[in-house]
Amino acid sequence: MTIQYSPFLRQPLRIVDLMRQVLLALLPGIAVFTWFVGLALIVQILLASVVALLAEALLLRLRGKPLWPHLTDGSALVTAWLVALAFPPLSPWWLTTTGVLLAIVIAKQLYGGLGQNPFNPAMVAFTGCIVAFPAQMAHWPTLGLAAPFADQLDIIFGFVPPLDAFTGATPLSIIKTSGGSGLYTNIQDILIQQNLSGVFAGKGWEWVTTAYLVGGLWLLYRRVITWQAPLAFLGSMALLSFCFWLFDPAHYADPVFQLFSGGAMLGAFFIVTDPVSGCATPRGKLIFGCGAGVLAYLIRVFGAFPDGVGFAVLIMNVCAPLIDRHTQPPVFGAKKGDAGE
Amino acid sequence: MSLKDFFFPSGGLHLPAHKAISSETPILSAPLPEKLVIPLSQSAGEAARPVVAVGDRVLKGQRIGEAEASLSVSAHASTSGKVVDIGLYPSAHPSGLATQAVVIVPDGEERWIDKTPIPWQSLSPDRVRRALQAAGVAGLGGAVFPTHAKLPDTEVTTLVINGAECEPYITCDDRLMRERAAEILEGVGILRDLLAARTVLVGIEDNKPEAITAMCAANAAADLPFQIVAVPSRYPTGDARQLIHALTGIRIPATRRSVSLGFQVFNVATAFTVARAVLHGEPVTARVVTLTGHLSRPGNRECLIGTPVRNLIAQAEPEGTLESVVMGGPMMGFALPSLDVPIVKASNCLIARLPETSPATLPEMPCIRCGACARACPQGLQPFELYRWSRAREFGQVERYQLASCIECGCCAYVCPAQIPLVQYFRFARGEIRSRAEEAKVAEGARARFEFRQFREARDKAEKAEKLARAAAAQAAKVALEAELKAVDPEVDASKKALIAAALERARQSREEHAPAAGESA
Ligand code: SF4
Ligand code: SF4
Repeated sequence: MTIQYSPFLRQPLRIVDLMRQVLLALLPGIAVFTWFVGLALIVQILLASVVALLAEALLLRLRGKPLWPHLTDGSALVTAWLVALAFPPLSPWWLTTTGVLLAIVIAKQLYGGLGQNPFNPAMVAFTGCIVAFPAQMAHWPTLGLAAPFADQLDIIFGFVPPLDAFTGATPLSIIKTSGGSGLYTNIQDILIQQNLSGVFAGKGWEWVTTAYLVGGLWLLYRRVITWQAPLAFLGSMALLSFCFWLFDPAHYADPVFQLFSGGAMLGAFFIVTDPVSGCATPRGKLIFGCGAGVLAYLIRVFGAFPDGVGFAVLIMNVCAPLIDRHTQPPVFGAKKGDAGE
Repeated sequence: MSLKDFFFPSGGLHLPAHKAISSETPILSAPLPEKLVIPLSQSAGEAARPVVAVGDRVLKGQRIGEAEASLSVSAHASTSGKVVDIGLYPSAHPSGLATQAVVIVPDGEERWIDKTPIPWQSLSPDRVRRALQAAGVAGLGGAVFPTHAKLPDTEVTTLVINGAECEPYITCDDRLMRERAAEILEGVGILRDLLAARTVLVGIEDNKPEAITAMCAANAAADLPFQIVAVPSRYPTGDARQLIHALTGIRIPATRRSVSLGFQVFNVATAFTVARAVLHGEPVTARVVTLTGHLSRPGNRECLIGTPVRNLIAQAEPEGTLESVVMGGPMMGFALPSLDVPIVKASNCLIARLPETSPATLPEMPCIRCGACARACPQGLQPFELYRWSRAREFGQVERYQLASCIECGCCAYVCPAQIPLVQYFRFARGEIRSRAEEAKVAEGARARFEFRQFREARDKAEKAEKLARAAAAQAAKVALEAELKAVDPEVDASKKALIAAALERARQSREEHAPAAGESA
């Protein structure tokens, strides 16, 4: 069957092509991350992918939807990869599985599948698990100190608790936990003392996040994503951290450190750019990114968790429809856009 | 792709042109078909009334249908021959709906009527308008809006001539400008004079350098003051408002008519027919049609109005068994339900499609709100919102998101990665909104009639009650008066008068109490 209605020409770009490009853009980050933590990350990505596809297939079945084209649209894989990257690479298999199921079953399919989810599925998984399993979600490997692959497999599948030698604090968590202890007077000292200080940001993390940035810029160049949300997200976070850092550089990390140490880059280019749960209008995207950046910073610095991107994004997801409604761009020839009222 | 486009996309698309298929050969005359089916509906307005009978011999250019409504134009025999039928024939419309048509078997002589040019400089504007209507001049850009109806008495400062031809594949205006620039500009001059326009802008997309050169040369040769402007090739610049924007930077909203802001837009092919009609007395009997797609002999043909599409396609030799033929451009045209429909004034292009090269319909996926459609929309709309609410049949919301501004250009559907046929949803919503408005109008009429009847009944009742009340009151007053008169001495005049006045006052009061009560009970 060929197209019977105008336009008879179609741009040959399908959702699956967009998803494939997002996956491709994650590859540099995955490669660098794997370099620092070992093949455990690849195992997690594979595990998450399999679980995601199985869950998606089952749920599509239950909802009476055809597997093709819905299972093969690539969206489940994107969610799975983001969950795998947001979770500690040495997470036990059940934690990753729980996260993926939360994302695919609860956050996505129960809301009606692709295009219907009000919340970012990967962030639902991340925040859900960090609240339910805070201890396991804090077991981050020390970047650059990869355990032998066999040991990693044991940790992931063998119910062996991760060895302390291979896990420890992340640059963000150490700032958070030590900041109030009074043991150190300067966060730079803490980072150096804990061997977490890198060239310009958290050790190891700086390169992983730079790789995410590269992938994100490529997505921008390919026009898979737009610039508003990432720019507003990173910009607001940089500005806020700059103010605090200027005010008290001993206790507040500098903007470069903030942007390149935690989930900021992944969030900026792969999470706040999620079209389904984010804003769709240009001004809406600016507001969405800005809000998420400010909230992420505040939660990161003053909240109970070392990183705040997940919570910040979920909070902004709630606001997205309202923001969209009030940021309609003007139609051709109109003085100002007001589809609002 | 400029930086500005990256940061602030203003809509529109850079489409693969596919124009070279048909643009490089001169316009040829299509052979005379064995019969012509000339629809009596030749414009956006109502059909013309047939003024010939079966069996009549007609000359080329002879009027066969007379325009009666203000938005219709007359129909003409496009060649000399014999009228063999007047009846319902499938029309060049997506539905293939049958419309009234006159069928002429050509005698092969192409004998013209006596051509009488229109002395437009000495006639009153109204007479010129009627002459153009009688010559069947209507917009050949696709909308076939009658030209005479676009020559208002209101002030038009800028005449815009549309040579953009922004849709892929179509090259009929391109060829016409290359080959007949001088005559086009003659027509432009007439339109300029009729409108008393101060500025004339001819907009041509910059992917047609030969056409631009030809038009500039003709402009210079005739020492004309028209500005021939190359506009960037970007679909849909050929839309009137988009072209005005490309030429002047002025954005005219869909809710306002261009003419109210001093702009009037005509297509180059229309200007050509204006020149033929006015200077040579030739009504519109032919148009240039682009034959393109999978044909061995593509190109532009000058076709008589009424030529069956089947003939044209057969003469252009399809490269295989065709899947369908699209009339109009690939972005806004429609697949012909049958090849037996005739060429009409709106038919600018025929695209022959083979099954193996036409894009397949991919399954419609859910909208992911990626916003690609909004970035592509030249009208600044949010197609995904229009889609969402059209689907939900929330037509109030659809209108709130300004469906009225949609020009159905198809940019949104072209880019949609979810393969959603957005334009179809919008047409559906438009139809629903229109029929609801009509229903509301009918209901409003019925309600008005019902209310009037109620009002009339109530009024009658009230009047009757009032009459009764008045009679009763008068009676009561009389009785009371008589009783009182009996009771008092007839000689006491003053008290008698006072009593009469009091009685009358009582009667009046009782009347007033009655009347509204009667009204309420109705
Ligand atoms: S382009 Fe298609 S999928 Fe993207 S927002 Fe528009 S309608 Fe939705
Ligand atoms: S068809 Fe309508 S909504 Fe779609 S791009 Fe064109 S004007 Fe915009």
